[in-house]
Amino acid sequence: MGSLQIENVKKSFGPVDVLKGIDLDVKDGEFVVFVGPSGCGKSTLLRIIAGLEDATSGNLMIDGQRVNAVPPAKRGIAMVFQTYALYPHLTVRDNMGLGLKQAGAPAAEIDKRIAASSAMLSLEPYLKRRPAELSGGQRQRVAIGRALVREPKLFLFDEPLSNLDAALRVNTRLEIAQLHNRLKSTMIYVTHDQVEAMTLADRIVVLNAGRVEQVGAPMELYNRPANLFVAGFIGSPKMNFIDGARLGQTAKTVGVRPEHISVSQTAGDWKGTVVHAEHLGADTNVFLETEKAGLVTIRLFGEYKTGPGETLFATPDPARTYRFDAAGKAMA
Amino acid sequence: MSKAASSLPRTIGAHAVLLAYTAIALFPVIVIVINSFKSRNAIFRSPLSPPTAETFDLIGYKTVMAQGDFFLYFQNSLIVTVMSLFLVLLFGAMAAFALSEYRFKGNTMMGLYLALGIMIPIRLGTVAILQLMVASGLVNTLTALVLVYTAQGLPLAIFILSEFMKQVSDDLKNAGRIDGLSEYRIFFRLVLPLVRPAMATVAVFTMIPIWNDLWFPLILAPSEATKTVTLGAQVFIGQFVTNWNAVLAALSLAILPVLILYFIFSRQLIRGITSGAVK
Ligand SMILES: Nc1ncnc2c1ncn2[C@@H]1O[C@H](COP(=O)(O)OP(=O)(O)OP(=O)(O)O)[C@@H](O)[C@H]1O
Ligand SMILES: [Mg+2]
Repeated sequence: MGSLQIENVKKSFGPVDVLKGIDLDVKDGEFVVFVGPSGCGKSTLLRIIAGLEDATSGNLMIDGQRVNAVPPAKRGIAMVFQTYALYPHLTVRDNMGLGLKQAGAPAAEIDKRIAASSAMLSLEPYLKRRPAELSGGQRQRVAIGRALVREPKLFLFDEPLSNLDAALRVNTRLEIAQLHNRLKSTMIYVTHDQVEAMTLADRIVVLNAGRVEQVGAPMELYNRPANLFVAGFIGSPKMNFIDGARLGQTAKTVGVRPEHISVSQTAGDWKGTVVHAEHLGADTNVFLETEKAGLVTIRLFGEYKTGPGETLFATPDPARTYRFDAAGKAMA
Repeated sequence: MSKAASSLPRTIGAHAVLLAYTAIALFPVIVIVINSFKSRNAIFRSPLSPPTAETFDLIGYKTVMAQGDFFLYFQNSLIVTVMSLFLVLLFGAMAAFALSEYRFKGNTMMGLYLALGIMIPIRLGTVAILQLMVASGLVNTLTALVLVYTAQGLPLAIFILSEFMKQVSDDLKNAGRIDGLSEYRIFFRLVLPLVRPAMATVAVFTMIPIWNDLWFPLILAPSEATKTVTLGAQVFIGQFVTNWNAVLAALSLAILPVLILYFIFSRQLIRGITSGAVK
């Protein structure tokens, strides 16, 4: 069991309002990812859920029980930090067992759980080592193991992969995804990397400046962004935003994803000159300065031979253009 | 690194500079120590030569041992220094932790107030302190000295330690909180070991002025039972005649405990630096 309800949670640091009323309902077993630009309050919200920070107002319920005044250790949560935060003076085994020991669990039970989770994460060879004797990736696995051992209702991750190199990040991401499949426990994961968000999440919560912009499954956010911010934030390269008036439309802004534009050398809607082309092998990003729509990014799959100065015609897929009103809200 | 190590002239040069510096730094100490083993005439005739068979004389040490109770003075100095040091480090670290870790009303003002003591010499308050000690019946007790030295050492300790404590990872402390460690355990087991180099620095800076102080022992605890070494050595310095043998012997002896304490902390300092923090 591990459901979480957040009701109108606000947080201010002195005069600065960091969270401006967050409502969220996380179901048991769900993998929820918070994304948003730096400084939007993701970590603050996670720390409030963990009990490391008090909400200025609002309610927090875990499994239907109000936990606003419950200390972190009693909330049935475990947290994995960006900087691993292993205890430098303890061995891997003691790092993993400390929480249970503090809670007064019997030694046999602690040993059993450490054995189980170190097997799950292949940490057995390192149990006697200290954190200083481990690589970054191993440290983060130990930190995940320390969370596992507690068998929490709620796993909290605060950018756990940011300090790892690219290859390790992909591996550890996979490991976390498998862990969730196996344990079926509720996980809340903070990241500013949208690839992590899209690949891991059952549901994504997009935060911006202390507010929830949209909550939904990854494909829902991709296909039906509720507003300009979400449309621009989800998807890479970023969605093209074109002034509606230039295209003779009633919408204030028209959005087209780079991958939903096709190009031709002979004919199309928007004629333009190539400014720059990025050849990535699997796909090619073309930056096209068009007369009608301004600078447009186009993502073409596979290799495409083009270079600066070349003239191309771009045609957006009419079924996959988005229209936003003056307030930035998506129009039907 | 390997380049510098393999170049012989550079190695010799570096060692020459370091040895010269060591010689200059140790020179006064060595002069005191060698002269403490010489007869009075030899001290004045050739102050720089080491004791020979005929100039060797333990008269200074004999005088020191005979005159007054030097072991008691030593004991007093040690008790006062170690107790004050312990209290300065304990309370200084605790206050620094509170100032750097918790947000409360008046946090900044409190920090400033505590740091103010760095700029205002405690001796300016001597009269008030003496009145306080008289009123509370603490005159001629070691407690009086320990209290004064603790107050004297705290400002700098808090100032230095709070800077270091701010650098201890928040994630580490938060991990401890989630694992159910009390704030005291977090402070003693997680934070203190990580600021050990800073603690050693503070310890050395706190210890020396306390050991060397003459002012407060003279004013607050001049009785025979509570004399410290520095005060005890004063009996040999007279207005007209100074017993140099005894003064030098007393000084040589007084170096020893400081040296021992210093070695303890310098080991800690090196260990602290090499163990380092794990991110
Ligand atoms: N202790 C604090 N005192 C004052 N302001 C704070 C404090 N902690 C965070 N803030 C402010 O709250 C805002 C949100 O911080 P938070 O750490 O939640 O951002 P974030 O979304 O996690 O960003 P990032 O992706 O960079 O980690 C920031 O503007 C930050 O300056
Ligand atoms: Mg953050």
